Amino acid sequence: MSEPAKRKLRVATTSLAGCFGCHMSFLDIDEHLFELIELIEFDRSPLTDIKEVGECDLGIIEGGLCNAENVHILREFRARCRKLVAIGACAVNGGLPAQRNHLKLTEILEEVYHTSPGIAQGLIPNDPELPLPLNKVHPLHEVVKIDWFIPGCPPSGEAIWKALTDIVAGRDPQLGFGLLRYD
Amino acid sequence: MSPTFTLDGKEVPFREGQTIIQAAHAAGQWIPHLCYHPEFKPHGSCKLCTVTVNGRHMASCTTQAAAGQVVESDTEALNGERRTLLQMLFVEGNHFCPSCEKSGDCKLQATAYDLGMMTPHFDHFYPCRPVDASHPEILLDFNRCILCSLCVRASRDVDGKSVFALSGRGIGTKLVVNAASGRLADTDVAMDDKAIAVCPVGVILKKRRGFAVPIGERTYDKAPISATEE
Repeated sequence: MSEPAKRKLRVATTSLAGCFGCHMSFLDIDEHLFELIELIEFDRSPLTDIKEVGECDLGIIEGGLCNAENVHILREFRARCRKLVAIGACAVNGGLPAQRNHLKLTEILEEVYHTSPGIAQGLIPNDPELPLPLNKVHPLHEVVKIDWFIPGCPPSGEAIWKALTDIVAGRDPQLGFGLLRYD
Repeated sequence: MSPTFTLDGKEVPFREGQTIIQAAHAAGQWIPHLCYHPEFKPHGSCKLCTVTVNGRHMASCTTQAAAGQVVESDTEALNGERRTLLQMLFVEGNHFCPSCEKSGDCKLQATAYDLGMMTPHFDHFYPCRPVDASHPEILLDFNRCILCSLCVRASRDVDGKSVFALSGRGIGTKLVVNAASGRLADTDVAMDDKAIAVCPVGVILKKRRGFAVPIGERTYDKAPISATEE
């Protein structure tokens, strides 16, 4: 009797208030992509262009939360993924976008769209299609439970590969010296 | 023959008057710490060097070594408590490593790496702490201050100036400088002060020196802090 084929883990990924740098770093696992694709299949992800997240084993989220849409997508991921991974500095602690947190949102919008030099009669965008910005940028774990974290800006391809192989093998990801980085 | 205590089961000799952390480091056994510095009087505030002495939690930088003590340090329970202390330090300030000049040379960051801190865990405070760029040569970025008081001790005890002080109490405690204006430029700080060199994080920075050392060649890129420091 032949062994039953192992079911592939279904994985969704997204970038919220991030720069897609973590996704680019994920591609830096290079030839490991061939090994990985034997173990996982992609659901919603910039790599598949599927727009809605389906029932998944793993959700990998880059970027923090800077607007209402980010929060909505994060909650969808939490509802449909058995485990969630926060990847990169922005997902873990807010990162670069969170450096606006000591400024008032109204003052930021005023300066960006009204008062900075070169802007003549600028208007603060208010199209209903645009998601509303949050007063402060938050990391993911402040809104939903996050199961695992991969810090780094971005985490290296090696760090991502180590974490993914740990997860696929059923272990909590551990990044030792050289792989655990916050910068 | 010098008296000894045991640290994680190993015999550690000590001289009369040595603290546990001094004896441990002299014997080549690492105990994590942030506010302790071998050149200064202990402050005992960061609590990262907490060990158990005969089962009781004690700060190893303020506890004198005594013959026969049974000291435990590198245990999962104590390292877990240390990670929690680090997480609280990270969320109380604004620690954005990717844009910090001290990244790679920072003892807070290196200690968090060494103890495997994967997440800050708690909700962030994101405090508003304006920088002091008044001095032509030195920048103060209070966002990263962990209140270790090393600059306070160095300025007072070595430089004889008391340029820095900790002001306020509890969560309101903050680093201040000794000038009526509150600006570093109006103090008698000098570039060769010990206080300028001793900051373990990225608060006291010499201007126009940032990012001079490339990633891969910084202090803690090469080896973990536990293998780098005494």
